[in-house]
Amino acid sequence: MSLNQAFLAIIRRDLILAFRRRSEIANPIFFFILVVTLFPLGVGAQPKLLQAMAPGVIWVSALLAAMLSLDSLFRSDFDDGSLEQMLLSSHPVAVLVLAKIFAHWLVTGLPLMMVAPLLGLFLGLPEQALATLVMTLLLGTPVLSLIGAIGVALTVGLRRGGMILSLLVLPLYIPVLIFASNAVDMAATGMPVSAQLNILASIFFLSLVLAPIPTASALKMSIN
Amino acid sequence: MDNQLPTLQAASLSCIRDDRVLFSSLDFSVHGHQILLLEGQNGCGKTSLLRILCGFREPDAGVVLWCGNPCHRSAFYQDMAYVGHMDGVKKELSVAENLNISLALGSQGAMTVDQALEKVRLAGYEDTLVHSLSAGQKRRLSLARLLITKNKLWILDEPFTSLDKQGIKLIESIMLEHVQAGGMIVMTSHHDLAMPSADIQRINLSQCH
Repeated sequence: MSLNQAFLAIIRRDLILAFRRRSEIANPIFFFILVVTLFPLGVGAQPKLLQAMAPGVIWVSALLAAMLSLDSLFRSDFDDGSLEQMLLSSHPVAVLVLAKIFAHWLVTGLPLMMVAPLLGLFLGLPEQALATLVMTLLLGTPVLSLIGAIGVALTVGLRRGGMILSLLVLPLYIPVLIFASNAVDMAATGMPVSAQLNILASIFFLSLVLAPIPTASALKMSIN
Repeated sequence: MDNQLPTLQAASLSCIRDDRVLFSSLDFSVHGHQILLLEGQNGCGKTSLLRILCGFREPDAGVVLWCGNPCHRSAFYQDMAYVGHMDGVKKELSVAENLNISLALGSQGAMTVDQALEKVRLAGYEDTLVHSLSAGQKRRLSLARLLITKNKLWILDEPFTSLDKQGIKLIESIMLEHVQAGGMIVMTSHHDLAMPSADIQRINLSQCH
């Protein structure tokens, strides 16, 4: 069948799988909400401080939640042999990998993006910053999935790859974290944020083009 | 190209694993209408050889040729199908959903999904989740994948595992049909093949040092 059909079939398959394993998918989003709601309890009744910390808190929690969900990207396919079959397809593996990453983002990144404005309000983030928060998440969470995919592909063959995965992936997440939380910060004080958003967009497009290829090669390495 | 019989050749293949030479300077050639049966004790490199043929492992020396050319991804992968130790089916998906995914990854073969399920005696299970199938049924499902996609070379790693006697007979008859239609099979099996009419080439890997 054509490449388009294969791309759509993989997205469809992963969405059905996600729907049938709801609890696994709900994990990262619960983690995200829990961490953000626990912060005010820990910090105490200091609205000014919370408001100042809100962009960082939301973004760090989103980043950790995204990392928590990474392992599910290829793990079950690796364990039951579906990954082997995917690599034996006559279609370019990088494109199939991109379909998997997109489906993964739909079930992990998108929910984060949808609850983030609520959590922003909860931490007292000014309303003018909410649109920027959503925008940074829209550009940033796909980058987390794309870069994370390389790390997962490299470590999926290892029995205990969790620690190595975070060491591999976290340094690459830092630019996203810096520019995204800075943009939300600036928006909260009413400053222009187009520079940060442009940089995030360029990081997004770069990783969209560059991440699937090493992911495909890393998967081939892990499978042997 | 199509009227020509496809051939799979291996030239002086070696495989070294953890400083142990599993096999070295292994040469063979399989063409259409033929079955290559790999034999040998456990751990003698049968699965490793199959994985080299699939392209999952790089041989430590030697090359694998498909129709005279080095195995290049898409051209070779269009013509081959692999069923390994792992069934490669998703537990949470239904039987038909699993086969449709395989179909999307490959190209449409001689049989439709329904016909293939009929053939492996899984008709009526289309909407059953693979989770609730028995081990033998799962195996038959993964072998059904061979029928729905277009391919000439089947690489089978212990295809008879967890199949009952009738299941084995059924798979042997499917294999025979494939070979008679010009296809070829490279396989390992502990079970001796009861296919007197087929052209079976045997290689014992325990003796290939």
